[in-house]
Amino acid sequence: MRDYGAVSYDYFLIGSFQRLAHASRPDFDGVICQMKNEEKPLLEMKSITKLFPGVKALDNVSLSVNKGEIHALVGENGAGKSTLMNVLSGIYPYGSYTGDIIFEGGVCKFSKIKDSESLGIVIIHQELALVPYMTIGENMFLGNERGSSMRINWDETYAKTELLLKIVGLQESPYIQIKDIGVGKQQLVEIAKAIAKKVKLLILDEPTASLNEMDSKKLLDLLLDFKRDGMTSILISHKLNEVSYVADKITVIRDGATIETLEKGVDDISESRIIKSMVGRELTDRFPKRERNIGEVSLSVENWNVSSPLQQNRKICDDVCINIRKGEVVGISGLMGSGRTELAMSIFGRSYGDNINGKLIINGKEVQLKNVKQAISSKLAYVTEDRKENGLILESTIRENTTLARMDKISRNYIIDKDLEIKVANEYKGKLNTKCSSVEQTVGNLSGGNQQKVLLSKWMFAEPEILILDEPTRGIDVGAKHEIYCIINDLVSEGSAVLMISSEMPEVLGMCDRVYVMNEGRIVGELSGEEATQEAIMACILKKDGKQNKEMCRV
Amino acid sequence: MKASENFLNILKKNTMLLALVVVVLLFQALVAIGGKGSMFTPTNITNLIGQNSYVVILATGMLLCILTGGNIDLSIGSVVALVGAVAGTLIVNMRVNIYLSIFICLLIGTAIGAWQGYWIAYRRIPAFIVTLAGMLMWRGVALIVLNGLTISPFPQSYLNYFTSFFPNVDDKAATLAISLLIGALACAAFIALQIVSRVQKLRKGYAVEGLIGFAARLALISAVTLASFFMLGSHNGIPVVLFLLAVIVLAYGYFTQNSVPGRHLYAVGGNEKAAALSGINTNKAIFFAYTNMAFLTAVAALVCVARFNSSAPTAGTNYEMDAIGACYIGGASAYGGTGTVGGAVIGAIFMGVLNNGMSILGIDANWQRAVKGAVLLAAVIFDVTSKQRKAALK
Repeated sequence: MRDYGAVSYDYFLIGSFQRLAHASRPDFDGVICQMKNEEKPLLEMKSITKLFPGVKALDNVSLSVNKGEIHALVGENGAGKSTLMNVLSGIYPYGSYTGDIIFEGGVCKFSKIKDSESLGIVIIHQELALVPYMTIGENMFLGNERGSSMRINWDETYAKTELLLKIVGLQESPYIQIKDIGVGKQQLVEIAKAIAKKVKLLILDEPTASLNEMDSKKLLDLLLDFKRDGMTSILISHKLNEVSYVADKITVIRDGATIETLEKGVDDISESRIIKSMVGRELTDRFPKRERNIGEVSLSVENWNVSSPLQQNRKICDDVCINIRKGEVVGISGLMGSGRTELAMSIFGRSYGDNINGKLIINGKEVQLKNVKQAISSKLAYVTEDRKENGLILESTIRENTTLARMDKISRNYIIDKDLEIKVANEYKGKLNTKCSSVEQTVGNLSGGNQQKVLLSKWMFAEPEILILDEPTRGIDVGAKHEIYCIINDLVSEGSAVLMISSEMPEVLGMCDRVYVMNEGRIVGELSGEEATQEAIMACILKKDGKQNKEMCRV
Repeated sequence: MKASENFLNILKKNTMLLALVVVVLLFQALVAIGGKGSMFTPTNITNLIGQNSYVVILATGMLLCILTGGNIDLSIGSVVALVGAVAGTLIVNMRVNIYLSIFICLLIGTAIGAWQGYWIAYRRIPAFIVTLAGMLMWRGVALIVLNGLTISPFPQSYLNYFTSFFPNVDDKAATLAISLLIGALACAAFIALQIVSRVQKLRKGYAVEGLIGFAARLALISAVTLASFFMLGSHNGIPVVLFLLAVIVLAYGYFTQNSVPGRHLYAVGGNEKAAALSGINTNKAIFFAYTNMAFLTAVAALVCVARFNSSAPTAGTNYEMDAIGACYIGGASAYGGTGTVGGAVIGAIFMGVLNNGMSILGIDANWQRAVKGAVLLAAVIFDVTSKQRKAALK
C-alpha cells in the first residue's frame, strides 16, 4: 500500500499556504526545493504502442517526466497526445496497449480512471466535468464526498473548499453555483478539485483553449507557483507562446511517435523551432501575405445597443460604432465577456439579445435584419466560435452541413437536388482541402480543424459579402490554422469584408488591417494595422474610458 | 474479397431489416414445428396488414416528432379515441355525408395538433408535458362525446373505403390475376425509377453501386413484392388500406429525404442552435411535426373505426406506445436528428410480426406484452451499442 500520498498532499497544502503567507521569504522556498529534488523521474512511459483497428495511434512513444517540472506535450491535432494521456489515466485499460507505465518507481496496470487517480494522476479535460447546477463545494468533492456515505459532512465540505479555493486564488463563495461563474474560474475549480484528490501529477488538456489572454496568464502563473511548491504537471497546448513561457521540457509528438524532447535552457525552445518539429517542416509564413486592396465601406454599424436577455437593464453592447470595408480584415480584440460575440450575433439577424437598437448600413443602404434568414439574404454570414454547440450538426454528413444555410440554392420548389448537393459539397471539400473519406462522412468524426473547414464551407456556400468569423482557429493545429488564414485571404481578395473576433493576439496582429478593441460592451479603441501591438491593445482595454467611443462615431 | 466486404456493409446498414427477416423465419420455424400451419398463408398476410395498418400510419407521424429532438407525442391514443368518437357520432348517429364526416374528422385532428404544437414550438412547453396533458384531456373529451357508450355498426358504404379488397369481384382467378398485375406494375415502376436514377448518376459521373449488387437488390425486392401480392391475390385480393399505407409511406419518405422542410426537421433535431443560426425557422419545423402527427392520427382513427366497426371509449389505448416503439426499433435516435420513415415502417412490421406470431403460437396475452417490452429494450440496446462500437473504432 502506498501511504505517503496523504503526506505529500498535506505537505503540498502547507507549502502552498506558506507561499500565500510569505510569498517573499526565500528561505522557505529553499526548503521546498530540497524536498523535491530527486533525480529519479516521477513518471516514465516506455515504448507505448496503441493499436486501433487499422490504425497505429501510438508507435513506440516514450515520455519521461521529472518530479517538480512542467512538461509540455505538443503536436498537431490527431498526433496522439490525447491517446497517450488516455493510456496514462487508464481510460484505455492495461492490456489494450503495449509498453510500460512506471510511476514513482512502480509499474502501473490501471484498469480504470479511479486506479490512476488513487495514485495521484489527475487529468483535467478540455471539456470541463463540472455540474452546472451544483455549488462549487458540491462539485469539489463530487464522487469523493466528505463524511460517510449515508451522511455527507457539508461543514467539512465547504470549509475544505474554501481552503482549496484560496490555494488556486479564486475569490468566490463555495456556495455559488458553477453556472454562475465564467469558464476561467471554472477551470480554477477543476484544478482545486484535482488538488482535493491529492494530486501528484496534474495533466491539463488545453486548459487555456477557451480563456482570454489575461485569464490564461493567470492560470499559467498559478502553474508556475505550484511548480515551486513541488507539483508536477503535464500541459497539452496548441498555444506555443504559453508552452515556451511555462514549460521546463517540451515533448513533441507527430503521427503517433515521439519526435524529440526539448529542454529549457539547453535547447532552442522558440515557437518557430517547436512548429518546425511539430509539422516536420519550416512554416515560413505563419500568417500568409495578401495584397491589400481595400474598397468602400461594406458594413457600418452605428450606435448599436443590446441588452442582456436575462437582465433587461444590463447593456451588453453599449453604443457601438464600427465599420468594415470591402477587401478588409477587421479584428475585434478584447477580453472574454467584453461583448464581442454578442455584438456579432446581434448584428446577425438579432440572434442574441433584447432591446436591440441602432443602425445597420450595408453598402450605403440602411437595412433591418430581423432574423437570421434576412441576414443571410443580405449577404451576411456569422461563423460561430463554438462549432460543436452552435455551428455544426455533428451526426449529419459533410454534405448536409455544407448546404444547410442555403438550401434554396440546391433545391427547386422545396425539393432537394441531391446530385447537385453532392457536387457542391465535393467542390468545397476540394477548395478547402478538407480531409475526409467522402462528403458522406459524419461531421462528428472529423478532427477539429476539418470540422472548422466544413463550417467555413457552409458559410462560403452562402456567398456572403460580409463574413463575421468568431474565433476561427480555436482549438485547431498550426497547419490547419495556416490553411484557414489562406482561405480568409482568398475571400478578401475576392472583395469580401471580414470581421474577425479573436482572443489570440498574434492572430489579430498578423491578419488584420485594422483592429477595434472592445471592453465591457464598448469600443474602447481603434488601431490601424501599424499601430496595433499587444501593448497598445492592452493599454486600450485598461484605459476604461468611454470618450473614445463617442469620438469614433464621427468617422 | 471486395464483394464480401460490400455484402457486410449492406448487412451493417440494414441490421433491423435483417433482424426482421430472422424473426419472421424464427416464428415460421416455431409455427411449423408446433404444427400450427404457417406464417405465410394468404389469410395471415392479409391479417398482418389489417392489424398493423394503424401502427404504420402513427409511426410515420411519430418519426417526425422524434426527429425534431427525441420528443414523443403521448396524446395520440386519446386522439384516436376522440376522432373515432366524432366519426361515429357524425356517420352513425347523425347520418352526415361520409366525405364531409371524414373531412371534419381530419380537421379536428389537425386542430388538436396545432393546439399542442403551438405550446410546444412557440411557447416551449416540454412536449412530454403538453402531450401528457393531451392524453388525459382528449380521452376525457372522447368519453364526453360518446357518453361512455360504444357506437356501432358503421354503414357498409363507409367500411368499403378502409376494409374492403381490390378487385372486389367474386372470381378467384380474376382476383389473383389483377393482384399480380398490380404487383408487377409496382415492381416495374420501382425498377424503372431505380434505373433512371442510376443512369442519371452515371451521366453526371457520380459513384454508383456495382452492377451485380444493383441487379440482385432489384431482383430480391421484386421477388418479395410479387410473392406478397400473389399471397394477397389468392386470398381476397389487395386490402384497400394497403394503398393508403403506400401513399402515406412513400409521400412521407420522399418528404423527409428530399425536401427542404424535411431536411429542416433533421437539422432541428441534430442541433437546434446550429439550425437557428443557419436561418432555419426552428419553431415552424417543430410546430409542423406535431400538427402533422395529429393529422395522421386522425387518419389512423378513421382506419381503426372501420376495422373494429365501432367507436369505443377505450379505442386507441396504448397506441402511442406502439408507434414510439416502432420508431425506436426502426433505428430512430432517442435524442433526435436520425431515423427514417422506412426504418419506422420496418419497426412497425417487426412489432406486428411479433404480435401475430405469438398469437398463432397461442402464447398468453400477458406474456406477449412482456416479450414485446423486452424486444423493444433489446432493439435499442443493440442500436446504441453498435453505434458505440462504430465510434470506438474511429
